[in-house]
Amino acid sequence: MEPGEIHALLGENGAGKSTLMNVLYGLYQPDEGEILVDGEPLKLRGPSDAIAAGIGMVHQHFMLVPVFTVTENIMLGAEQVRGGIAGFLDRRRARREVAEVSERYNLRVDPDAVIEDLPVGVQQRVEIVKALTRDVDLLILDEPTAVLTPQETEELLAVMRSLKAAGKSIVFITHKLGEVKAIADRITVIRRGKTVGTASPEASRDELAALMVGRTVRLTVDKAPATPGEPVLEIAGLVVDDDRQVRAVDGVDLTVRAGEVLGVAGVQGNGQTELIEAIMGLRPVLAGTVTLDGQRIDGWSTKKVLRAGVGYVPEDRSVDGLVKEFSVAENLVLDMYDRPPFGRGLSLRPDEIGRSAAERIEQFDVRTSSADAPVGTLSGGNQQKVIVARELSRPLKLFIAAQPTRGVDVGSIEFIHSRVIHERDIGTAVLVVSSELDEVIGLADRVAVMYRGRIIGVVGPDTPREEIGLLMAGITPDATGGSPDDGTVPTATTDPDVAATADADVSSDAGTQAITDRDVTATTDGVAPAPEGSEDKKA
Amino acid sequence: MSTTAVPDVAVAPVDEGFWTRTRKVGLVLLALGLLATVLFGVLATGEQARFTLSEDAAGAALEINGTVGAVLFGLIALAAGGAMLVGLPKRWFVPVLAVGLIAFVFSFLCWQVSAAPTGQNFMPLVNIVRGTFLLALPLIFGSLAGVLCERSGVVNVAIEGQLLMGAFSGALFGSISGSVWVGLLAAAVGGSFISLLLAVFSIRYLVDQVVMGIVLNLLAVGITGFLYERLMQTDAAKYNSAPRFSNWEIPLLSDIPVLGPALFRGNIFLYLALLLVLVIHIALFRTRWGLRTRSVGEHPTAADTLGVKVLGLRYRNVIMAGAVAGIGGASYTLALFSFTKNMIGGKGFIALAALIFGRWSPTGALLAALFFGFADQLATYLGAINSIIPGQFLAMLPYLATILAVAGLVGRVRAPAADGKPYIKG
Repeated sequence: MEPGEIHALLGENGAGKSTLMNVLYGLYQPDEGEILVDGEPLKLRGPSDAIAAGIGMVHQHFMLVPVFTVTENIMLGAEQVRGGIAGFLDRRRARREVAEVSERYNLRVDPDAVIEDLPVGVQQRVEIVKALTRDVDLLILDEPTAVLTPQETEELLAVMRSLKAAGKSIVFITHKLGEVKAIADRITVIRRGKTVGTASPEASRDELAALMVGRTVRLTVDKAPATPGEPVLEIAGLVVDDDRQVRAVDGVDLTVRAGEVLGVAGVQGNGQTELIEAIMGLRPVLAGTVTLDGQRIDGWSTKKVLRAGVGYVPEDRSVDGLVKEFSVAENLVLDMYDRPPFGRGLSLRPDEIGRSAAERIEQFDVRTSSADAPVGTLSGGNQQKVIVARELSRPLKLFIAAQPTRGVDVGSIEFIHSRVIHERDIGTAVLVVSSELDEVIGLADRVAVMYRGRIIGVVGPDTPREEIGLLMAGITPDATGGSPDDGTVPTATTDPDVAATADADVSSDAGTQAITDRDVTATTDGVAPAPEGSEDKKA
Repeated sequence: MSTTAVPDVAVAPVDEGFWTRTRKVGLVLLALGLLATVLFGVLATGEQARFTLSEDAAGAALEINGTVGAVLFGLIALAAGGAMLVGLPKRWFVPVLAVGLIAFVFSFLCWQVSAAPTGQNFMPLVNIVRGTFLLALPLIFGSLAGVLCERSGVVNVAIEGQLLMGAFSGALFGSISGSVWVGLLAAAVGGSFISLLLAVFSIRYLVDQVVMGIVLNLLAVGITGFLYERLMQTDAAKYNSAPRFSNWEIPLLSDIPVLGPALFRGNIFLYLALLLVLVIHIALFRTRWGLRTRSVGEHPTAADTLGVKVLGLRYRNVIMAGAVAGIGGASYTLALFSFTKNMIGGKGFIALAALIFGRWSPTGALLAALFFGFADQLATYLGAINSIIPGQFLAMLPYLATILAVAGLVGRVRAPAADGKPYIKG
């Protein structure tokens, strides 16, 4: 790292970016290797050593105490005190310092606001101010844009530029290529815990993506144009509260037709979770109706909804989709355990369960040591395939997939995506919710954008990303790209700009590397091969 | 664990409609006021209800006609409830609620005192206040121990055991050495011993904190019971006759009517309890230690990333909590009685209830402990005047109130977010 440099650390989920940075911040101890600062080896026993060495970090999940004020959060660990050993907090001085730093770098925060009342973008600003008050020279930003709208992201990039102008070095961890190209001075790509190359921002998206996942990525989801039929799911005026009795879904109207994929895009936490849970009968519907094939299903129990022909992949498989301690076979019959052929009277029929499990493990390419292995021992992608296999084994009218590929490797993503499209092609109505815009655009025949509990626009998947981004931020242009909710938006080939990042967000599949690292570096300017091991700060 | 992704949509104010919390509480208060005015007013007799400022019937007193008093105070409660129902600015909520509830209690007392057998139509306020503090004393120490522990994220169900161990060691070492001060020190060490076990097993070995607390309570009963029978009872003069702290009278302050004799002629434990409430309150909200303690109880990962030693802080706080509870146990054996088997008798669990009722704050815990103490004392008093209300019924009320509080009916009760969750690095 050079002073005043923005260094992007690029890699797929699980490549070891965050682990590396946690080592650098003293949270984890390295097993081998050393860290050099100004040529001197640095031994970090904990975060306080890192802070003393001028290293600050903004974590992916913010490290803020929700019930504390901004000032309290910022002073924690480096409190200004008076009164000697008693250590009375000097809040006035701390508040002054917060105001001073936030003014100097143009990071507006209210020192007395309580964190839990602040929007995410502001919480992130608090994190950055927190690091800056500790006089850092090197600031690590771990996936800072994951929870931001495109507009908030722009603001963040501006902040990073001003920090750079003030002589701070920044490590910017991300898997989003567009941002990297917009801001980085230098790019290091990490894969499976190893540095696989460094590149300059002039390198093309395809080159970076290839470097990141280690083979030419499939940039689009292959699919034929949709042939939408009759409406299957009709939602009208739906109102739902979240766990804290705050309105989360506020008058949603949606229609999903047979044989089409409706994608719901939006920044996480804008009511998507509650919308899906309300459809599934997991959350009370306060107003409005949910209709499946002409039949009202709001107020039904979840079991009844499932049996009516709805398949459901919940957004967080570790909490909702699987019983981790149960075997793969048991998890595969969680929906039908009490029905023939799996159940008879009061007893289960293990032979039937085992036979069906073996069949589906084969069919859905679940990589497991055996059908009796606890599902928790499988990789994320294979766990997800178990859920998909279970849900797609019933005759479905409607298939709902929430974050279907979160934390899933590339191979599994392709598989899951192709199953989703296959389901569409056999005439099922499909509703996909994802916080990854690229996934929504890639899969959907129509894209509904959700903002603050409302659908603020339904557009075609060929709508420019920027326009959808604006919608995600709640800004409705005068003329929206697609005609809203008429179900006739034509399926077009995906926008090339979008396509470049479509699959780049995700983990690679080890097995099939189409081109090696050196193939990539040999054929492109601006991408230099990494000398084996020299920059290899293995965690 | 972490602050989750919550966009600003989530902070939109909750639209509660007409039935806000203030209105709901107002309705309850209105019902209580009505009950007081009508029922207590009818049941009260025309006798004078005397609230004497001394310990007996003689001396200065506040007097009011029973019926008039019951109805008058009932109407005040009714008015408070009505005001809440009509609509009240938020900052008036607590004062008006307090006035309403106190008026309800006085209406009840007017009825009870006036309906007491002739010659007993008086209530000695000094006795009541002093008794309230006396009964609240172990609860104050116990719930402060809970505050210290739970604010740093360790659930302290072992308060009972800490109190008991403190009472026992105070008695034993006080007797052997013949010094109250040695006894006091031993009590603190005894309480810390139990909490050290809690700390090691819950912080180091990640044993479920509630289960560990219960086991430690049983352990304390076992150890002290065994030593009591095998050691203390063999030679009670030598091992179970600890010297006792005498009462210290504070000049001037002790001359204040009612409060003076009740509060400023007490023993060291009374003063210590009040002082500790003040000190812990200031320390928790005004010092570096307090900020760090609260951060560790709310979001230990965040504290860790800022260089706060999470586990060390938890150890320290849990052990300190044991010392405080140990001293609370000694408030029995070094001031009132000699040690007997299982003499704490569940006060530790009541302290736990006071901690929750007081919303994990030192001052809240003090008020809750006093409320529990008052209910206890009132139950005794009602027994003495042969009231038709069984004392046991009254003794039950504080716990009913706690259940309501925990159920969130009296505003949101929120424990420290990381309370009871072991911190595992990485």
